[in-house]
Amino acid sequence: MDMTSSNTNWTDICPINDLTPDAGICALYNEQQVAIFLCKQTNSVYAVGNFDPFGEANVLSRGIIGSTEDITYVASPLYKQRFNLATGECLDSEEHKIKTFNVRIENEQVQLKEAS
Amino acid sequence: MSKQRIVVVGNGMVGHKFIDTIIGNDETKYEVITFSEESRLAYDRVQLSYFFSGKTAEDLALTDAAYYEENGIKFVLNDKVVDLDFDNRNVITASGRVESYDKLVLATGSYPFVPPIPGNDQEHCHVYRTIDDLEDITKSGETSKTGVVIGGGLLGLEAGNALVNLGVETHIVEFAPRLMAVQLDDGGGALLKRKIEDLGVHVHTEKATTEIVAGKTSRYRMNFADGSHLETDMIIFSAGIRPQDELARKTGIPIGERGGIVINNHCETGVEDVYAIGECALWENFIFGLVAPGYQMAKVAAAHMHGDSETEFTGADMSTKLKLLGIDVASIGEVHGKTPGAQSYTYHDEIEQVYKRLIVSADGTKMVGAVLVGDVEAYGTLLQLKLNDMNLPANPSVLILPSSGGEEAAGMGVDALPDTAAICSCFDVSKGDIKNAVAAGCCSMGELKASTKAATGCGGCSALAKQVLDSELASLGFEVKKDICEHFAYSRQELADIIRVKKIKTFSALLDDCGSGLGCEICKPAVANILAAYWNEYVLEDAHVGLQDTNDNYLGNMQKDGTYSVVPRMPGGEVTPDGLIVIGQVAKEFNLYTKVTGGARVDLFGAQLHELPTIWKKLVDAGFETGHAYGKSLRTVKSCVGNTWCRYGVKNSIGFAIDLENRYKGLRSPHKVKFGVSGCTRECAEAQGKDFGLIATDGGWNLYFGGNGGMRPRHGDLFASDLTDEQVRTYVDRIYMFYIRTADRLQRTSVWLENLEGGIEYLREVIINDSLNINAELEAEMDNNVANYQCEWKTTIESPEKLKRFKHFINSDEGDSKLAFKIIRGQRFPLAKEIEITELV
Ligand SMILES: Cc1cc2nc3c(=O)[nH]c(=O)nc-3n(C[C@H](O)[C@H](O)[C@H](O)COP(=O)(O)OP(=O)(O)OC[C@H]3O[C@@H](n4cnc5c(N)ncnc54)[C@H](O)[C@@H]3O)c2cc1C
Ligand code: HEM
Ligand code: SF4
Ligand code: SF4
Ligand code: FES
Repeated sequence: MDMTSSNTNWTDICPINDLTPDAGICALYNEQQVAIFLCKQTNSVYAVGNFDPFGEANVLSRGIIGSTEDITYVASPLYKQRFNLATGECLDSEEHKIKTFNVRIENEQVQLKEAS
Repeated sequence: MSKQRIVVVGNGMVGHKFIDTIIGNDETKYEVITFSEESRLAYDRVQLSYFFSGKTAEDLALTDAAYYEENGIKFVLNDKVVDLDFDNRNVITASGRVESYDKLVLATGSYPFVPPIPGNDQEHCHVYRTIDDLEDITKSGETSKTGVVIGGGLLGLEAGNALVNLGVETHIVEFAPRLMAVQLDDGGGALLKRKIEDLGVHVHTEKATTEIVAGKTSRYRMNFADGSHLETDMIIFSAGIRPQDELARKTGIPIGERGGIVINNHCETGVEDVYAIGECALWENFIFGLVAPGYQMAKVAAAHMHGDSETEFTGADMSTKLKLLGIDVASIGEVHGKTPGAQSYTYHDEIEQVYKRLIVSADGTKMVGAVLVGDVEAYGTLLQLKLNDMNLPANPSVLILPSSGGEEAAGMGVDALPDTAAICSCFDVSKGDIKNAVAAGCCSMGELKASTKAATGCGGCSALAKQVLDSELASLGFEVKKDICEHFAYSRQELADIIRVKKIKTFSALLDDCGSGLGCEICKPAVANILAAYWNEYVLEDAHVGLQDTNDNYLGNMQKDGTYSVVPRMPGGEVTPDGLIVIGQVAKEFNLYTKVTGGARVDLFGAQLHELPTIWKKLVDAGFETGHAYGKSLRTVKSCVGNTWCRYGVKNSIGFAIDLENRYKGLRSPHKVKFGVSGCTRECAEAQGKDFGLIATDGGWNLYFGGNGGMRPRHGDLFASDLTDEQVRTYVDRIYMFYIRTADRLQRTSVWLENLEGGIEYLREVIINDSLNINAELEAEMDNNVANYQCEWKTTIESPEKLKRFKHFINSDEGDSKLAFKIIRGQRFPLAKEIEITELV
């Protein structure tokens, strides 16, 4: 992986086939742990920080994807707090927010970029 | 109209709350500017100690520059306000900046008191108040072997925990005869001391430090008034806080005898248009050292400036419930016997280390205060009794005695609470507020949280809030909804029927059939569990993988640090020496914490995701199968050796236990299921405490059903006596499948049985006499399950596609570098936060 890539470029992470539909995986990107989710039903990809601020462990990629009204979220596998996958906001506590990343599929590759 | 110019001195928790409130009132009316002596905007001081378990300054932040800028709030960091000029209405800062105000708010908080001990200002002497302090403490910790906290109050114990986390030998030195002198009585303090000492922290009470000099074996030596001494490499002072009233003193704003800026019920000080809020303020000669009262003051001051002089500050409750060094402690009301004629009830269990004391009025009708150490379950009820000045029950001791089955007797029932009862103190939500919300159409905790904010702060009130909600709904004649979640308007049982009758094989097919949205962490695992119980497909099939609860998802129980446990099946608890050696070798190779569990097998903890396949490959090669310790499924069949070895045994309990475990292994059910098999009535396997229990008699097996350990233990009911092996298998097959068909999500067999109309009698009718005419179906379903059993780990390690998921990173072979361990008793444990200031429920 190209560690020197600047924040403004898209970085290749893995082939799209490495993603598990309706579940998450964790990627190493710019020395950060990023949880990437592929939601088949809405055909969208999301990328957020992998660190669960409640359980204080790198586990969010292993959470379950869910929805409430129009929000798509991941529920932490440790203590079940829910995080909006689009914004990083915690649905169960206003004070906690996780980082989000830009993510896209380009030439069958999953790519990440720092959110501006 | 030109804007009112408000200057807020201090951007701590309360100052920030004020700003947030006033711009919320009407942002167009005010121009706000705030100063902070610290280098950062407001952060969550209450959670400060989490800094030691990995939270960054950013995580603790309550706000950020962008938010302030967006809302037109000016802020100046690193600049202390040093003078006030009331005539010209100006504030003057250390850097010489002058800003004018229409209204001035002092929110300067407090500062740690450092006792005037000679030598208290050396390099490795610290206080515990700001993020900067904690950074300094961390640095000292790196070069220290031992550390001392001076002060054994709330904060001192938090600081002590920080030292423990830094890995230094920790001492707490307290001047008073007991710990937490303010909140606890002698008995509670003594028990707390014992518990803390059990954690390896040294506690020294009644020690007055006279000087800190150079040490002989460590960096410093503390000499005490009684002639003794203690050597240490670093010191944290936590001897109390003092209101930061420097500005008021300098400019003549009236302050109290022992400090604190005097305020009235509107939070106004003695000088016109100057307010004081938070820990620097003195109300009726009282300083409030907690954040909730500060928040109330912030709201009152903001309301007053906005023209509302009805809202007043009328004092606040100082009851506290905390987890200190992992120990539950609570204090309510007045506990030092200052109330004339007060009497008390004490419950002291030295074995379980629980101390509870209830202090009641002279006539025994009202509560005065309470202290709880080690078990704080009664906190909610007691707090409500006190806050609402309610009458005590006829025999108040039941309030602190351990409940013996009849739980209702101990609680007071939420119906007894008056409407004014504060349910959520973080957001000031009363029972009446919840009632109104329900009347306005709110029917779930989610809606309640959204409309009132109750239970969204510390979370400590969520159980109580839910009870009030349910009782209100019930009293309005609502049927409390049984829908599993917002995605399916069905209960678990109904979903199970739909899946069975329509032969639905995947979650997405079910969603298409009768659901909406994407599903969630409630319905997905529940449906995965039902699908597995009927069709028994491999749980990591693509269609199922995203549904599984964490534990099923990676075929191991996720532990608190994100690592997994490895639990090979040992049917009946039987294992060959060779098998045991392989387990030992694997544990050693991967440095896994090893323990023999109550389930009669060996658990290995601390395996990282990427290590799981290699570990399981070795175990599977040695003939082990997965133990399903992660699934809501059959766990273990506990057994004694029976007549094979035991002098008293009348049947081969171990042989039968192994048969049963092999028959039902892997079967998913609404909750986990355990069996016990004893070889005679001496019942060494404690079979009556299991879901299915078998006890051998001369006439055959006695089958018990519905036993349970766990939170609410229950002995199983005798279902049938003198059965043959074959009869046992048939009955268990039927009962097991009937339970799977009809139980609620996460309903244990014990609760299912208790809720089954007609109880065990009815169950006998169905199972023995086939009153519902379903036994043939039940047996066929069970046979199908047994035939389709597979060891999920064996299937997984044989599939390269599936193994891809068992890596921490999809694009790198590294593991999670954040994991940290410490060695205790020769084995590896996660280095985790031990202290939780407020519990997340
Ligand atoms: C470790 C720890 C744990 C705690 N745990 C709990 C808990 O569990 N529950 C609870 O209710 N409370 C707890 N508290 C107390 C809680 O943090 C305080 O009640 C709360 O922070 C008070 O808010 P405040 O705004 O009044 O003061 P602060 O948060 O102290 O803010 C005051 C700010 O003003 C600044 N300042 C002071 N003078 C000036 C000046 N002249 N010019 C410019 N800036 C100035 C200070 O630098 C500071 O940043 C805890 C405190 C600590 C330290
Ligand atoms: C994440 C939470 C939990 C974890 C990690 C966990 C882990 C374990 C483990 C590893 C065992 C040994 C079992 C075996 O060898 O198969 C065990 C046993 C047990 N667990 Fe849990 N458990 C959890 C939650 C619970 C809960 C909530 C309860 C109570 C409702 C509970 C009640 C029991 C009991 C009673 C036993 C003893 C089993 C016996 O003697 O037969 N566990 N647990
Ligand atoms: S239950 Fe009976 S058979 Fe089994 S070990 Fe105890 S005494 Fe022996
Ligand atoms: S009793 Fe069970 S749930 Fe509680 S700490 Fe022990 S293993 Fe965990
Ligand atoms: S008391 Fe309700 S969230 Fe803290």
